[in-house]
Amino acid sequence: MRLLSNIGSYFLLMGRTFIRPERHSILYRQTMREIEKVGINSFPIVVVISLFVGAVITIQTNFNIENPLLPKYLVGVTVRDSLLLEFSSTMVALILAGKVGSSIASELGMMRITEQIDALEVMGINSASYLILPRIIAAVLFFPILCLLSIMVGLFGGYLACVLGGVMPSNDYIYGIQYAFYPYYVGYALTKTVFYAIIITSVSSYFGYHVKGGAVEVGRASTRAVVQSSILILMANLILTRTILS
Amino acid sequence: MIEVKHLYKSYDGTFVLNDVSARFEQGKCNLIIGRSGSGKTVLLKSIAGLIEVDEGEIWYDQHKFSHLDSRARREIRKEMGVLFQGAALFDSLTVEENVLFPLEMFTRQTRAEKLERANFCLERVRVSGSNGLYPAELSGGMKKRVAIARAIALNPRYLLCDEPNSGLDPETGIVIDNLIKELTEEFQMTTIVNSHDMNSVLEIGDKVIFIYRGCLCWEGSREEILQTDNEALNNFVFATNMAKQIKRP
Repeated sequence: MRLLSNIGSYFLLMGRTFIRPERHSILYRQTMREIEKVGINSFPIVVVISLFVGAVITIQTNFNIENPLLPKYLVGVTVRDSLLLEFSSTMVALILAGKVGSSIASELGMMRITEQIDALEVMGINSASYLILPRIIAAVLFFPILCLLSIMVGLFGGYLACVLGGVMPSNDYIYGIQYAFYPYYVGYALTKTVFYAIIITSVSSYFGYHVKGGAVEVGRASTRAVVQSSILILMANLILTRTILS
Repeated sequence: MIEVKHLYKSYDGTFVLNDVSARFEQGKCNLIIGRSGSGKTVLLKSIAGLIEVDEGEIWYDQHKFSHLDSRARREIRKEMGVLFQGAALFDSLTVEENVLFPLEMFTRQTRAEKLERANFCLERVRVSGSNGLYPAELSGGMKKRVAIARAIALNPRYLLCDEPNSGLDPETGIVIDNLIKELTEEFQMTTIVNSHDMNSVLEIGDKVIFIYRGCLCWEGSREEILQTDNEALNNFVFATNMAKQIKRP
């Protein structure tokens, strides 16, 4: 029953979120602020993680296909497809659910318990639309950029593993990452990222917006936002993969 | 004028408001007093439309607020200024941006006109010169003043204040109270102040209503409050031993 009630109030909140904003200029300004907060500020973590994961996938793949019958460039192919199909969309989304999701839930939760959301409501402002819509738009616009960045940095990480770590000849790696490339995979990764962006921002906003009580509840809402977003991302991954790649 | 008629509100079968009716006059400071948990915050939030009552009517002049849809309520809310207990300033905005906020949302004025109005409001509450500060950098009293400036930015007809001097020392509390009274008289607003501070009651209470266990138990002026025989009110007003000794003669 509680699950159904949560799903119901989530959709009611989304109904209030996706309506015409009070002022488009304010929506634009808020969206730019959110792009900085949820997007640009996530650059460092995405770069660092993607760089190391790219290098590690290269080393592990090379270690696992030590077979004279298999050409070395297959390592490059595997790294590229791993990044494109799964890591740079789903794994990065799970990382962002932790970083961005907890930040959104705790920020809105604090606004709720300090009556800032009530202040918006009594001013006659649709607080859901004012607070949540810019976050969703910012994430939908910017998460695909983070996904592309992750792919590029991950591939570069693999290259560094070849050049600096001497894992395999870098020529083979570069040939591999270009071999049998399907641009469709990029579209697939970006499509998934857009869905994940909506899940992370809307679910986290839902938990933050409905906080009741004090600081302990804000912490709980933040944890629930990350856990529920992560589960939904994994479920969406299965459904989208089945739908798009079959 | 704001009027509430036969308001009922219950949580899990317990009545928090039980047949409360009252009238709050324009140009006067109307105080709602009562012990913690007596239902005064629920009453104020019901009047503001933040809590839906189970039964009863809330009137803002000729508008039956309690029966309006959200769009029509929004129009009345634009004429409403609310001062929250914790000030509820937006953390991410500076003092100036906080006061500009309602002007940017609801007016078509130029940037210069909005700034002029914001600065006027800040000067009116005596907080000029702090425009670039963030709420976290302000004292409790200054936060309340900025919140009042934000509340009056749109020239509201109704001002609702939830415990405006809670967390403040008595001297600063009186300054805030007097500011509310001055603004009420100057702009002829209908002001409702929720308080359990007797200093406020005796300083600014043009009309006082006492809520006891969710019911309206007494109403009158600040002068009458000292002579009343109402036992619950006397227990509230003269709670300390020293106050009881003052009352005895």
